[in-house]
Amino acid sequence: MSASYPTIPASDTEWILPARGTVAMYCLIVAEAAIFTIFVVAYIFYLGKSLTGPQPQTVLHAPIFLTICLLSSSLTIHFAVRSLKTGTLRSFALWWFLTLALGVVFLAGTVREWQRLIYDEGLTIQTNLFGTTYYSLVGLHAFHVTVGLFALAAVSIFSICGLVKQEHAERAEVLSMYWHFVDAVWVVVFMVVYVVGR
Amino acid sequence: MTTESIAWPRSAVESRPLVQRLHEWVITVDHKRLGILYIVYALLFLMIGGVEATIMRIQLIRPHNDFVSPQVFNRMFTMHGTTMIFFVAMPVLFGFANYLIPLMIGARDMAFPRLNAFSFWMTAFGGLLLYFSFVGGDGLYGAGSAPDVGWFAYAPLTSQTFSPGHSTDFWILSLLVSGFGSIGTAINIIATVLCMRCRGMTLGKMPLLPWLNLVMAGLVIMAVSPLTAAQLMLLVDRYLGGHFFDTQAGGSAVIWMHFFWVFGHPEVYVLVIPAFAFASEIIPVFSRKAIFGYPVMVAATICIGFIGMSVWAHHMFTVGMSSAANTFFVLSTMAIAVPTGIKIFNWLATMWGGQIDFKAPMLFCVAFLFQFLIAGLTGIMLGSAPFNWQLGNSYFVIAHFHYVIVGGILFTLFGAFYYWFPKMSGRMYSEPLGKLHFWLFLVGFHLTFDFMHIPGILGMPRRIYTYEPGRGWDVWNLIVTVGVFFQAAGVLVFVGNLIWSSFRGELAGNDPWDAWTLEWSTPSPPPPYNFAAIPEVKSRRPLWDLKHPEDPDWQYE
Repeated sequence: MSASYPTIPASDTEWILPARGTVAMYCLIVAEAAIFTIFVVAYIFYLGKSLTGPQPQTVLHAPIFLTICLLSSSLTIHFAVRSLKTGTLRSFALWWFLTLALGVVFLAGTVREWQRLIYDEGLTIQTNLFGTTYYSLVGLHAFHVTVGLFALAAVSIFSICGLVKQEHAERAEVLSMYWHFVDAVWVVVFMVVYVVGR
Repeated sequence: MTTESIAWPRSAVESRPLVQRLHEWVITVDHKRLGILYIVYALLFLMIGGVEATIMRIQLIRPHNDFVSPQVFNRMFTMHGTTMIFFVAMPVLFGFANYLIPLMIGARDMAFPRLNAFSFWMTAFGGLLLYFSFVGGDGLYGAGSAPDVGWFAYAPLTSQTFSPGHSTDFWILSLLVSGFGSIGTAINIIATVLCMRCRGMTLGKMPLLPWLNLVMAGLVIMAVSPLTAAQLMLLVDRYLGGHFFDTQAGGSAVIWMHFFWVFGHPEVYVLVIPAFAFASEIIPVFSRKAIFGYPVMVAATICIGFIGMSVWAHHMFTVGMSSAANTFFVLSTMAIAVPTGIKIFNWLATMWGGQIDFKAPMLFCVAFLFQFLIAGLTGIMLGSAPFNWQLGNSYFVIAHFHYVIVGGILFTLFGAFYYWFPKMSGRMYSEPLGKLHFWLFLVGFHLTFDFMHIPGILGMPRRIYTYEPGRGWDVWNLIVTVGVFFQAAGVLVFVGNLIWSSFRGELAGNDPWDAWTLEWSTPSPPPPYNFAAIPEVKSRRPLWDLKHPEDPDWQYE
């Protein structure tokens, strides 16, 4: 049967293709970026078109501290993956937990921000166009942070159980790509919502 | 190329009880089985969508007909469009991509087999969700069952005010769910093509089908995601009281149009690029020549992919955009004719001087070339804004895009069915029945869609459930409806041929067409592992090299 296969005598030339996990994560990031683009376009398009208050100028305060937390979590996860590549598992676990903690701080900050907006400022998703677009865009991002946190938490549990080894560095790196993307999206959201949109 | 190798899997499969065999299909992660599941599922929905089209055409066969009520007519055109695009065209093309790409690039499966199964079942349940609306769409309002907002669901028709009940929710959710499936499959296709190629198959030596499907998958990622985003916004509007498309609160109905067509137009290329891929595999084999201008074909496809992302608002000339926007979208629409024209000339040049064998797959591809050209010409007419103001929203538009989707995409799909049927089933189809199918469908297609242009030019708008006599539309509508029955007869012959041949057809052997790509080196049907030993290739036509060691392709490429 093997005679029917076109096996031209094997050559010794190197044959290296990109890792499928990395390629798939890049594709997912492109797809997610397209989704975020539509929400960002909607936010910008509806800036200043709300018929009633409250308006972004009066109720929004730039969350500088939360932004620093989220952006530095990109740095910590990078260090975590680098430690895993060199096999220093303890340092990996430390950086990874720090990333998780920074992500949780960010999410908790968003919760407090929303609580203030809803109960003190009376802005809900139904109030006006600003409410609709703001909660959708920031909420979509917060949803992605939450998904990322679940994934980070899962790896943390594996790490506590001693299941994360040096050979998993590539997988951890794929997950870190997602986390970097979530952070990069926050830069866009922050600029659009808290800088340009105010 | 012996047939004895297929004897073992066949008998082994048939000896097991039916329930167990069905169970294997449900839990399968094998790309070939998932491919066939996609295809069978799409064929089922093709029949359903066809019945819906037939109901519409019977209603329009003469003026003041009352075959169905206006409400039912609205549901029919909505369900017909949604079904045909999302649950026929995309699944069937994904099915072929799934089945063929690993075989053509010398891999044993897709990059992510379980993601593949997940994507299929998402798509399948998305379709079920859409059709469940016939049962569950009423809601508490007695407000009508299936969705009736049209397949592009313009605002404000989709708001709670105008769409009470749940029919629109079923529409949104089914597209959302199947959209996740589509994105999953697209990611899988890209990862497979980029990461799973066998030794020696550089991107420049890859067959055109994987190449074109790679571009298609890239378009899916960039085009289906905006639709997902727009559907999420619509859900926010309908369930959480948001105002995205609520003009009463300052929202915009036009932005929904933009968001929908940012998906909707690239979607056309998502569907037609795999059709190009089939033509690019079938035409060379039945002309006995290598494809003409391989690198240009790849470049033209990528070009179509890029330009295709920037033409969406030519669906919106009648909405009233600024003249700058109109000009931009006219020019980008005209520009896309260039790479498409390059492709048509390349296929013609492939046939030129070849020993053309007019078997059923080739017949369908030749018809495709001719019809796709006409579809492109009416596209140029509709793509120029001033003419569009005259023809927009008329039956001319319907005739144009059915010329693309039926005359272009469906014809090559039928060709692909006949071409790869021997590989998938291990048996040959009946050539006389295939030819009968071709001629019936060709006559029916031209009766329906050639003559549909005329009432459009005469001013008949789309989506009307009936019309006044004496406007000069009557006879054309009669001819259009008569054509539908020829098409339906053709499809019945086609399905009958497939079913009969998969049990009674002659055994096909590995390579019935004396073709050149890797899938024909495997037994028919291929074993679960595809290749006993992973092949290594040196040219774009590895089987030519194997069959002609004295004059291999790699000496010339």
